[in-house]
Amino acid sequence: MCLAIPSKILSIKGNTAEIDVGGNTKEVNIILTPEAKVGEYVLLHAGFAIQVIDEQSAEEIFDAWEEAYAALQK
Amino acid sequence: MQPYRNRDYARHLLDRLQQEATRPVSVMEVCGTHTVAIARSGLRELLPKNIRLISGPGCPVCVTDDLDLDLVIALAREPEITMATFGDMMRVPGTSSSLLEARSLGADVRVVYSPTDAVALAVANPDRQVVFLAVGFETTIPTVAVAVEQAVQQGLRNFSIFSLHKLVPPVMEALLTDPEVRLDAFINPGHVCTILGTEPFRFIPEKYGKPCVVTGFEAVDIMEALLMILQQYNQGRPSVEIQYKRAVRPEGNAVARGYIDKYFTPVTACWRGIGDVPGSGLALREEFAHLDAQRRFPITVTPGKRLKNCSCGQVLKGLKLPYECALFGKACTPMKPVGPCMVSTEGSCAAYYRYGTQRVGGAV
Repeated sequence: MCLAIPSKILSIKGNTAEIDVGGNTKEVNIILTPEAKVGEYVLLHAGFAIQVIDEQSAEEIFDAWEEAYAALQK
Repeated sequence: MQPYRNRDYARHLLDRLQQEATRPVSVMEVCGTHTVAIARSGLRELLPKNIRLISGPGCPVCVTDDLDLDLVIALAREPEITMATFGDMMRVPGTSSSLLEARSLGADVRVVYSPTDAVALAVANPDRQVVFLAVGFETTIPTVAVAVEQAVQQGLRNFSIFSLHKLVPPVMEALLTDPEVRLDAFINPGHVCTILGTEPFRFIPEKYGKPCVVTGFEAVDIMEALLMILQQYNQGRPSVEIQYKRAVRPEGNAVARGYIDKYFTPVTACWRGIGDVPGSGLALREEFAHLDAQRRFPITVTPGKRLKNCSCGQVLKGLKLPYECALFGKACTPMKPVGPCMVSTEGSCAAYYRYGTQRVGGAV
């Protein structure tokens, strides 16, 4: 239930940010991360940004395991 | 190097784990998302035999007590009530019913994505009493606090919350002091720690001498964390370390914690299968009592009988693995769950069932 997904902030208006999740745009509440800026990545949970995260790492983690798992089976 | 994609790195981690796992170690993951990641990746089958992963009470849906749920269901049946909650809660069994069954019998129960959606529901339906059934750990609680703030600011008279929130550090301490439970280290819940940081977990190494590592949700993250745990264990220097550095800072999210403290105060909470744990729940502070559904709508129900033969309690304490329950995959499946661990997608039993986890590694 504590699932949170990384996404990029496209624009900010007050406590609301427009974010990109896998190519879709969505509005989220950023009142819990007042330091978040346009272009940064945040973790999303229940309609809120809950933490600003390291962008490069966020991109690197996607689809990481399948390749490694296949290699480890050999 | 792209560490999370590099197969050589994964192989290297596995080799290092083999070298370090010189004696048996039981590691508990206290987060349902980790339970799912471990089951989905097949990681359990690849690890050295000396490393035993056990699943703890890491799903707020699964640990909701059936008697608490009976009260919620009774309230949902009241004609003026609209009950709103997260989708995971709908099929969780109380002692005799679920919210889904209550809805099929005419109760007004709605699924929302965010707690603030429940506030919007109250605004749009001024003739209904909207109750948000608030479940969740520290990751979710700040978002409920913001919803409460919105209701206060808008002076809503038809919005309240039924707080069944649970706090993670107190239940970890309850497990550490339970004579039945044997564990050597914790994989700390990554997203709970985005809010809490590391400070609330320092008692684990300092008072109990156990390593704990805040961990991300990819299989490689979990392997890295296990290596950090084994190194702490072997070198006799238990501490709270962060593997999931891309999302977790030692100080956590102070703004979010401020929201929790502003609206809530710790109380004793009952965890399914574990029992009462002091200071592990949250109630609204006295000045916000008018938004507390338990105080606004006093409901009593005759205590039902708890589930028979269901091992969820032992699974939640890491005493049994899901397939060691007599009901697993027979009387209890995701289509027809008996216990809560089979209901939530992040429940241990549902994860084991869905990913067909092999029967390796035993429980305590």
